[in-house]
Amino acid sequence: MTINITMAVTLAGLYSVGFYLLMQRSLMRVILGIVILGHGANLFLQVAGGPPGEPTFVGSAVLEAMVDPLPQALALTAIVITFALTTFLLALAYRSWALLGHDEVQDDVEDRRIARAEQAARKVEDEGPESERVAGFEAPEAPESRPGEDDEEARIR
Amino acid sequence: MLVAILAHFALAAVLPLVARRYGRAAFVVGALAPAATLVYALARGGEAVSGAPPLETLAWAPVIGLEFTARFDELALLLILLVSGIGAVVLCYYSRYAKPDDHRTAARDSALLVTFAGAMLGLVLADDVISLYLFWELTTVCSFLLVGGDGVAKRLRTSATQALLVTTLGGLAMLLGLILLGTAAGTMRISEILADPPSGGIVTAALLLVLLGALTKSAQVPFHPWLPSAMVAPTPVSAYLHAAAMVKAGVYLVARFSPAFADHPAWWIPIVVCGLWTMLLGGFRALRQYDLKTLLAYGTISQLGFLMVMLGAGTWMSALAAGTLILAHGLFKSALFLTVGIIDKRAGTRDIRELSGLGRQWRGLTTLATFALMSMAGLPPLLGFIGKEVALEALFEGGTVDRLIGVGVAVGSVLTVVYSLRFLRGAFGTKPDMAPSAPVPCGRVMTGMVAVPSLAGLVLALAPSVIEPVETGYADRYGKDPGYHLALWHGITPALMISVGIIAAGVAVHRYAGVQRLGGYVPGPLRAQSWYGRSVEGLESLARGVTGRLQVGSLPVYLGVILTTLVVVPGAGLFSGDIDFGELRLFDNWLQVPLALLVLVAAATSLLARRRLTAVLLAGVVGYGIGAWFVVDGGADLALAQFLVETLTLVVFVFVIRRFPPRFIENKAYVGGRWVKAVIAGVAGTFVAVLAVLYSGYRGGIPEASRQYIERAEDETGATNVVNAIIVDFRAFDTIGEITVLAVAATGVASLILARSRRRNGTVGRPEPTEQDATDDTGTTETPEVRS
Repeated sequence: MTINITMAVTLAGLYSVGFYLLMQRSLMRVILGIVILGHGANLFLQVAGGPPGEPTFVGSAVLEAMVDPLPQALALTAIVITFALTTFLLALAYRSWALLGHDEVQDDVEDRRIARAEQAARKVEDEGPESERVAGFEAPEAPESRPGEDDEEARIR
Repeated sequence: MLVAILAHFALAAVLPLVARRYGRAAFVVGALAPAATLVYALARGGEAVSGAPPLETLAWAPVIGLEFTARFDELALLLILLVSGIGAVVLCYYSRYAKPDDHRTAARDSALLVTFAGAMLGLVLADDVISLYLFWELTTVCSFLLVGGDGVAKRLRTSATQALLVTTLGGLAMLLGLILLGTAAGTMRISEILADPPSGGIVTAALLLVLLGALTKSAQVPFHPWLPSAMVAPTPVSAYLHAAAMVKAGVYLVARFSPAFADHPAWWIPIVVCGLWTMLLGGFRALRQYDLKTLLAYGTISQLGFLMVMLGAGTWMSALAAGTLILAHGLFKSALFLTVGIIDKRAGTRDIRELSGLGRQWRGLTTLATFALMSMAGLPPLLGFIGKEVALEALFEGGTVDRLIGVGVAVGSVLTVVYSLRFLRGAFGTKPDMAPSAPVPCGRVMTGMVAVPSLAGLVLALAPSVIEPVETGYADRYGKDPGYHLALWHGITPALMISVGIIAAGVAVHRYAGVQRLGGYVPGPLRAQSWYGRSVEGLESLARGVTGRLQVGSLPVYLGVILTTLVVVPGAGLFSGDIDFGELRLFDNWLQVPLALLVLVAAATSLLARRRLTAVLLAGVVGYGIGAWFVVDGGADLALAQFLVETLTLVVFVFVIRRFPPRFIENKAYVGGRWVKAVIAGVAGTFVAVLAVLYSGYRGGIPEASRQYIERAEDETGATNVVNAIIVDFRAFDTIGEITVLAVAATGVASLILARSRRRNGTVGRPEPTEQDATDDTGTTETPEVRS
C-alpha cells in the first residue's frame, strides 16, 4: 500500500487546529474546534478506508475499481450527527450568553476549593496527635501494656 | 457438584424472605444446603479418592476458552468436609446465637453465610483459574459484608475495609499470577497445569504473585493484622470464615499447587519462611491476649503458619501431616470459637480478667472445649496429636533444612501448648481472688453444636482409617507411599519423644508466669498493624496529592492532559512495534493538492480571526473544501450531504452569533499558555494523521463486508447506489440511532431556546402558554434538521 502525503498533511493540520481551538476559553471557538474536528474525522474515515476509486454505483464500474462504500456510509452518519451536536452546543452558548452575559469557559472554582480544603485538612492531621492520625486503622485488640508493668497478668496466674 | 454450588446461591436468594417471616429460623433452613452437600460429597467420596476424579463442565464462553469445570478430587473432598460440615454446624449454632427479634440481621447474615458456603464450595471444586479467582473474590466480598455487619459502627467498617483491602490486593496479584501461569502452560485448567508444570522466568514471577494471594488470604506475616481486626464480626461468622473455611483458602491454594511446584525455590522458600515466622509470631502474640476471641485469632494465625510450613516442605509425609492438620484445625478451632460465642453471649464478657468459675458451672461445655484444646495442643487421643506426630516425623526424618524447620515448628508448638492452657484457665478456671461469674445456663443447642466438631476430632483420632484414604490420596501426589499409616500409637519413636518434650516445655512455661510475662509484647513501631495504617495513610495522601494537582477545574488543562496521554501511551505502544509505512506518494489525484491548500489555509486563518463571523465563515470554507474533496474521491452522496449540512450549519451559526458581540472576547490572563497549547495540539494532530495513514497502510483491498454490500445491493435492496443501500437497508439500525440523536438534540435545542423566551416574557408562573410555545417552537426547530 502507498501513503498519500497530501492527505496526511491535511489531516494533521485539521486535527491540530481542532485540538487547539478546543483548548480555548471562548465557547464559540470551542464549538468551531468541534466542527473542524468533525471535518477531520470524516476525512480520517476516507483515509482509513483506502485509496479513492470510482463511485459505488452498481454497474457503473467493476468492483475492484470502486471505492469502499462502508466508510462513506459511516461518514455520512457522522456528518449528520456532528451537525446535531453543533446545533446543540450553539444553543448552549446562546443560553450561556443570555444568562451570564458571556460565552467564556470558566474554571470550576469548586474543584480548586476542594483541593485546598484537602490540603488544609492534611496539614491539621499531620499536626494532630499520633493516635488520631491512624484513627480507624487500629486493631480492636485487647489493651496492652509493657512487660512488667501490669498487675493483671499476675492476678490471673 | 455444580448443582450443589447453584443450590447454595439459590437458597441464599430466598433466605431473606424466610428470615422476614420466621426470623432466626432462617439459619436452620440455610444449613440445609451445606448439610446436603456434605452428605452428597460423602456418598460420592469413593469416586473422589479413586484416582480418576469426577469432572463436570459448564460451558461459559467456549469461544474464548472460558468454562467452569468442577473437579471432585481428594483435596476438594477434604475441604468440603470442612466447608460444608462446619458450615452446617455454624448455621445451626447461629440460629440460637442470633437475637430472636432481629430479623434484618438474620436475613443478611443467613443469606451471606450460605452464599459464602457456596462460593467456598466453588473455590475448592474449581478446576480452571478464572473461576477459581471469581469464587476467591466472592469469599472476600462475603467476608467484607459479614464483618461490616450493618455498617453503623466505625470499628466494624474499618475492620471490614482492612480485610477487604488486604485480601483483594492479594487476590488481584493472584489473578495476574494465575493468568501468567496459565499462559505459560497454554491451558487455564489447573489439573493440566499441574500435570505438566511450565518453567522459566515468567513462572517464577507467576508463582510469587500467586503466593501473595495465598499469604494475604491466610493471614501470613506481614499481612496478618486483618484477621485479629476481623474479630469484631459475630462469633459464628468468625468461627466459620476466620477459623475454619475462608482463611483456609490460601492454604488450599498452596496445597493445590504444591505437588507441581514444591521443588521450585520461589515457591517453597517464601512459604516456609513466612509460615515459620507466622507460626512463631502468632503463638507469641496469643500469649498476651485477654480477649478470648483475639487469643484464638492469633492462635489461628499461628496454626495457618504451621499448615503453610508443612505444605512448603513438600514431601509425602509432610503432605499427609498438612492434610490431617487442615481437618484437625478446622474442627478444634471452630469448636473453640463456638465456645467463646457461648461464653460471650451467656456470661456477658469474653475477657479473661472478668471470667471466673465457669468450668464448674458448665461441665459439659468445659469437657468439649478441653477436647478441642487438647487437639490444638497436640495431646492424645485427638486428631491434632496424630497430625502433629506425622509433622514431626516428616521433618525430623528429613535432611538438615527439614530438621531446622522442625526445630522452629517445635518451638511454635510449645507456644501453642502455652496459649491453649491460657485459654483453658482463662475461660474456665476459678481465679482465687475473683467472685465466680453468675450462674446461667449455657444453652443445649449451642453446646450440642460445639460437641459436633469437638467430638469429631476425638472419633476420627480413634478411627483414623476413615479419613486415611483421603489424606494418603492427596499425599500420593508428592511421591511414593512409604507405608506410613495414621495412628495414635506408633511405638516409642523420636517424634513421640519430641511431642512429650513440647508438652512438658509448654506446661513449664505456663506455670512459670515470669517467662510468660515477657511474652507477647511487640513494640509499637514493629507491629504490622501500624505498617498497614501507614501504608493506607500514604496511599490516601498520594491520592489527595494526585487528585489535587489533576482536578484543577480548568477545561484546557484537562484536554491537554488527555491529549498528552493519547500521544504518550498508545504512541509508545505503536512506535515500539514494527511499523511499515510503505511507499509514499504525493497525491492520488492532482485536484487534492489545491483543495488541501484551501482547507489548510482556511483552518489556519480561522485560528487568527478576531471577528466571530470571520471565524465561522472560514470554518464553512473548510467544510465546503472537504465536500469538494469527497467529490474528487468518488463519494458523491457524501459530498451532497456535506454541502447541505455545511450550509445549514452556517445558517444556524449566523442565527446565534448575531446575538453576540462581533469580536471574540480576548482574555489576556490566559495567553501565557498559548505556546504550550499549540505544541500539544500540533503533536496530537500529527499523531492522529500518522494513525490514519497506518490504518490505511494495513488494508489489503476492499474488505469482505464491503464486497458483499456491493454484490448484494441490487438483488437484495433494489438499489444501485451502494452507499444508499447501506444507510437505509443494510445498516438501517445505525440510521435509526442517528435519527434518535437528531431528535434528542432538537429537543434540547428547543428547550434551551424556549427557556430564554420564558424569562423574557415573564411567564414563569404560567406553564400552560409556555408549553404551547414549546410545541410550536420544537416544530420549527426540528424541521430543517430532519430534512438533513
